[in-house]
Amino acid sequence: MMQKETDVAVIGGGPAGLAAAIEANKGGCSVTIIERDDGLGGILQQCIHPGFGLHEFKEELAGPEYAQRYIDMLGETKVDVMLGTMVLDMTPKKEILAINEQGVVKVQAKAIVLAMGCRERTRGAIKIPGYRPTGVYTAGTAQRFVNIEGFMPGTRYVILGSGDIGMIMARRLTWEGAKVEAVVEIMSYPSGLIRNKVQCLDDFGIPLYLSHTVVRVHGKDRVTGITIARVDENWKMVPGTEIFFSCDTLLLSVGLIPENEVSRKAGIRLARTNGPEVNQFLQTNVEGVFACGNVLQVHDLVDNVAIEAKRAGAMAAMYATGIRLPSINSPDAVPLVAGRGIGYVLPIKVNTGVDLALASRIGPVNVSLRVKRPVDDVYVRVKNGAKEVYKKFFKHLRPSEMVIFELSAAALNAIDKAQPIEAYLEPKPAKELSEAKVA
Amino acid sequence: MLYDFAIIGAGVTGTAIARELSKYKVSAIVIEKLSDVACETSKANSGIIHAGYDAPSGSWKAKMNVRSNPLYDDICKELYIPFRRLGSLVVALAGQGTDYIEELYQHGVERDIPVEIIKELSQIKKMEPNITDDVEVVLHAPTAGVISPFTLAIALAENANINGVEFVFNAPVQAIENMGKFFIVDTPGKSFQARAIINASGLFADEISRMAGDESFKITPRKGEYILLDKMGDYVRKVLFPVPTKKSKGILVSPTVDGNVFLGPNARDQDSKLDNSTSLHGLDEVIEGGRKLIPRIPLVESITNFAGLRAVSSTNDFIIGESKVTPKLFQAAGIQSPGLSSCLGIAEEVVDAVKASGIELKLKENFNPTREKPIVFAELPWSERDALAQWNKQFGHIICRCETVTEGEIVQAIRRPVGARTVDGVKFRTRVGMGRCQGGFCTPRVIKILARELGVEEDEIVKREPSTKYFFGETKEFRQPRAASVNGSEVARP
Repeated sequence: MMQKETDVAVIGGGPAGLAAAIEANKGGCSVTIIERDDGLGGILQQCIHPGFGLHEFKEELAGPEYAQRYIDMLGETKVDVMLGTMVLDMTPKKEILAINEQGVVKVQAKAIVLAMGCRERTRGAIKIPGYRPTGVYTAGTAQRFVNIEGFMPGTRYVILGSGDIGMIMARRLTWEGAKVEAVVEIMSYPSGLIRNKVQCLDDFGIPLYLSHTVVRVHGKDRVTGITIARVDENWKMVPGTEIFFSCDTLLLSVGLIPENEVSRKAGIRLARTNGPEVNQFLQTNVEGVFACGNVLQVHDLVDNVAIEAKRAGAMAAMYATGIRLPSINSPDAVPLVAGRGIGYVLPIKVNTGVDLALASRIGPVNVSLRVKRPVDDVYVRVKNGAKEVYKKFFKHLRPSEMVIFELSAAALNAIDKAQPIEAYLEPKPAKELSEAKVA
Repeated sequence: MLYDFAIIGAGVTGTAIARELSKYKVSAIVIEKLSDVACETSKANSGIIHAGYDAPSGSWKAKMNVRSNPLYDDICKELYIPFRRLGSLVVALAGQGTDYIEELYQHGVERDIPVEIIKELSQIKKMEPNITDDVEVVLHAPTAGVISPFTLAIALAENANINGVEFVFNAPVQAIENMGKFFIVDTPGKSFQARAIINASGLFADEISRMAGDESFKITPRKGEYILLDKMGDYVRKVLFPVPTKKSKGILVSPTVDGNVFLGPNARDQDSKLDNSTSLHGLDEVIEGGRKLIPRIPLVESITNFAGLRAVSSTNDFIIGESKVTPKLFQAAGIQSPGLSSCLGIAEEVVDAVKASGIELKLKENFNPTREKPIVFAELPWSERDALAQWNKQFGHIICRCETVTEGEIVQAIRRPVGARTVDGVKFRTRVGMGRCQGGFCTPRVIKILARELGVEEDEIVKREPSTKYFFGETKEFRQPRAASVNGSEVARP
């Protein structure tokens, strides 16, 4: 059994893991990335479409290009990379057990960054009835078949779910000469980014059926058709609204779930989002274990993954060099709760009374949230009791677009820990709106 | 070649009979319509070894179940088949009365099956903490167990094969000619000659029997739908049966031998022997039934749903023994629930019938009762995992992350006797793709390994039968007209 010691162990070598590792290394730590695949870059390697890095590099990169920028940066560091190595167990004492082709590896770390990403929801998770033929794939699996393996999984498609991968695959498959009959979305609005709806569906004349879902898979051996139907506001099928599409493939783009099987083994508490509960230091309830990227919350943009991961890497390095960061378990940690109109908000808790020197070193705290449903003309407000912590007006907010804002160290220090902090939406008064129009 | 026996059907019944016959100096071939063992009824059922108190007294079902139940411990040890005697509870709710429970209890006593009636709520809750508060009385049968039906069939087939029984797949029987001294069994590719036929063809047993001249029974398919949940520790501990109502025999909630939990089956007679699709209505029925036993069962943990077809005979019982119309045609038909629980006894009974018909069977001296122990990486301690990966690096390469299955195990499943030839074949032998991501991650990788091991191209790999291909060619050779011509519309292409 191979044994290894490292200051910071990063589990996962996708965009989050890469950014975290580089940042932790800058903090003067020895860093080890443990990656299950044979190469770095994670899911970006199969995302050959452009649109990555607009914020960070001010350029529109394809997924593998974006990944390569980080792989090159990593090449200039002394970060140790273990490829083809699957982490199977992890303890609260930060001992990691993994396996690769050489055998079992035991890594003892001072701090750990969780960066395992997420996986796709499946057919079983959403109860689609019918047969179980070939030709039902998650959009990501189909993306791998087409972009990595070079095979076409079908000729005529129905895509369930208007998530970003589903819409991007609709365009990709059309480019390859396939026919996408329909993209079907159970919600009354697209669940991916608007820019993807425009560039991947509208530009190619692919119809989007909102408030519809798949009610039957036809074909015993291979998919021969898909029946969809409209749903009411309770997601119950409306009889008589069925539409049949003759096709050979159904793709599912019905959501992503943070992949926290290993986190659970170390006793890490998970939030309702399936990601670990963290405080503003991205530290989980197990001290010295940090989380970032899609294992923490499913992001829309890789640029935001990088920002979050750099922070997690920096925090892990601080922890590994002996700086104790306030714990989410401490009585000074105040819950940050999702109020009216908010789907979820991170961090789960905010530590108050942080030592000033430490607070200034860490800088402002990032808060990220998603709204429950599309809304227009609202304020996002954060209050601590009667005290206003944050307020900003938004013309449009969509669940598909994460809202990220900063809270200053000063604002945090003024928090009353006897009261929870609440993020909520408040409609802009009609009077203000009409005044704005006149102006 | 003239075989002594042609066994038609490679479900649990056919493979159990094959293994039982392989103890003797005979030549035998198993002829299977589908691509692998246990592809139909044996694949999609509750996976329960019943204690044996349920079926009516005097029926084949009762006799075979009672005879078979104790046989599972030894055979599962011999053949390395996971089997857990979890025990079962028949749950009577408030207002359902105790008559049914008492009747089953009487069966148990008469048949020498350990059973007890428990009325104390605290005691019931101790056994099954998440059971409904509406429970009034339960019948506890500690000898009920859970098994993977396809693992059982695979192990039986492997062992039969080691002992000389041949297997042919993708070979639907189209006709049987009775030549007097032997039969000719026609399949699309090939014909087989055998002195005796054993009919273990499940849903199609009536048709096979008719081909051989015996039209004395009919098989009606009865669909049962299931919802399978992720592994949930000991959230459900025992096999839970409701009291049947006039409408339905009842939806169970039970752990599987692998630690998942399932709800189902409902029961609906249908005409089609092929329609194993699930329906919204059926799945809702399964959920409603399951919630009566475990009210807060977390359906968010659902990872898949499926349906199986039971082969219900017109006698409503198993049909076992030599045909009264066609000599040397041996029936093992109408094997519906408790068929899985009974298949070992059925195999013995069929062999007894063979002997009784005047066919002489001589025991082999060199019968090998076991098979090579499959390596299951997920169950090994760390030291053994380490040694294994150092011995063969394929055991250090995880292919299925949900179930922790290595490349080494997949290669092993392909190379074993009666080895995997399809993605489902690998899945049912290794649990690859059976976890919460349902093959999303591992399927492309399994296809690659199968293609390499079988020496074929990746786009030749299928899920099950030849009609279940994954691909329509390579991306760059993919031709536009094929897609566009279907409805005549233009396909946008830059």
